[in-house]
Amino acid sequence: MNTKVNLAGVELENPVMTASGTFGSGMEYGKFVDLNNLGAVVTKGVANVPWEGNPVPRVAEVYGGMLNAIGLQNPGIDLFVKRDLPFLAKYNTKVIVNVCGRTLEDYLEVVERLGDEDTVDMLEINISCPNVKEGGIAFGQNEKSVEHVTKEIKKIAKQPVIMKLSPNVTDITVMAKAAEAGGADVVSLINTITGMKIDIERQTFVLANKTGGMSGPAVKPVAVRMVYQVANAVKIPIIGMGGISTAEDAIEFMLAGATAVSVGTANFVNPYTTKEVVDGIKSYMNSHNITDINSVIGAVR
Amino acid sequence: MSIKYQEIAEITSQEEISDGIFSMWIKTENIAKNAVAGQFVSLYSSDSASILPRPISICEVKDDKSGLRLVYRVAGKGTSEFSGLKEKDTIKVLGPLGNGYTLKNETAMLIAGGIGVPPIVELAKQLHQKGIKDIKAVVGYRSELFLKEELEKYCNVYVATEDGSSGVKGNVMDAIRENGLTADVVYACGPKPMLKAVSDYAKQNDIEAQISLEERMACGIGACLACVCKSKEVDEHSNVKNKRICADGPVFDSREVEL
Repeated sequence: MNTKVNLAGVELENPVMTASGTFGSGMEYGKFVDLNNLGAVVTKGVANVPWEGNPVPRVAEVYGGMLNAIGLQNPGIDLFVKRDLPFLAKYNTKVIVNVCGRTLEDYLEVVERLGDEDTVDMLEINISCPNVKEGGIAFGQNEKSVEHVTKEIKKIAKQPVIMKLSPNVTDITVMAKAAEAGGADVVSLINTITGMKIDIERQTFVLANKTGGMSGPAVKPVAVRMVYQVANAVKIPIIGMGGISTAEDAIEFMLAGATAVSVGTANFVNPYTTKEVVDGIKSYMNSHNITDINSVIGAVR
Repeated sequence: MSIKYQEIAEITSQEEISDGIFSMWIKTENIAKNAVAGQFVSLYSSDSASILPRPISICEVKDDKSGLRLVYRVAGKGTSEFSGLKEKDTIKVLGPLGNGYTLKNETAMLIAGGIGVPPIVELAKQLHQKGIKDIKAVVGYRSELFLKEELEKYCNVYVATEDGSSGVKGNVMDAIRENGLTADVVYACGPKPMLKAVSDYAKQNDIEAQISLEERMACGIGACLACVCKSKEVDEHSNVKNKRICADGPVFDSREVEL
């Protein structure tokens, strides 16, 4: 049975990764699951300097999902390189560092800095965070800007570059094509869908940030649809995510065209989810007489 | 930080001990064995549309370490579901989570308000077992009292009620003042304004205060960075002036955090 998949020349043991921001750098969840068994760990977004993030409350539950407005709190690249990368280097898994920034220069500084780090297998560029005023989504909602940012990052990046796309656009295929045109090696989607929750007793917003990114099982059909559309629009591989909590969900994304999948919010619901998805994919392959997981990718046209 | 376990726990009893306040004993394999006063557990809803765990403080650990008592207020859909669970029903639990109180060998004043009262029961028990002679509990309620008898087993209890129906009319700080209470160490759990008053009181009297904070959580184990509080200094983990309540707390030295 072959569970290996290839993302821009990087071979993953299996297609299961973690969604940025839901898994830290693996230190906490590594106490529940063996990180060696994951296709890749995708870290929480890291910027050139430490970010404090948004005021609390930063999360709210909604039907079948949650809203978050963490605001990309992160310790900055210096501490990340000193502490998080050596931790991840101990594991036999691929390491994908999610990069965030307020300006193009911020992104470039982090990308350049990570160029010399052997532990880092790929970079994921967050141009789609809905919870920060500058950077993030500001880069991801305009195709010219997506292409420009991608191009500039590709000029200096030493690792393959994944552009993480926002669903908060009129047509996500336009952004995917722009990333491809800019030289992106891979696209990942979807980031969270901007939402809002109002407390009717207090007559106020539940989140201090007013809006937050929606994730969890309820967003899955939207994500599957977008992965399918993007798979039909670009030639580069896709990392699919959005509401994956079981192997069946993961297979659905792969059938729609994803080469790899990320488990995000489901980690909060069950810290063993990543392991269960890896095991479940193997069971699915067994019961469906599938010898190579690659035959599932984009099988539904 | 202790090892965390996810278990399917059996409910061994459930009762409403005050209006909307429920007391539930659950049987656990490993969680109770490893739990200390001031820690909490995550309870999971059986409704798959309610995805996030509910953080609930530990009120008591059974003497033989085979179970936990959780006393909680019904505040929404999740806790309402939990309150309907009966003996022999099961619930998914993750714990023990966070860091508890650090027990000191000095005279103690336990200050709690409302649904902040439950965790100080186990704390009072532990301090009592440690042999601390002078333990006081100052507990504040809106009106109806709960867990007072439990506390009286281990310490002298002073009550404040908002409506004046029992004890001092007012809040816990009024009760401390009117009874002229003092101690070497203060342990507190309750609403933010109360904790702020406790922190100020500790500062004025130059005594240590360990305060337990709460915030909206998602993961409960320190990964998602949802439940942060402001810290006075740059935190070692976050590298900014934020601490994670679930992982670095929920109990903090009042001098470490900004309320």
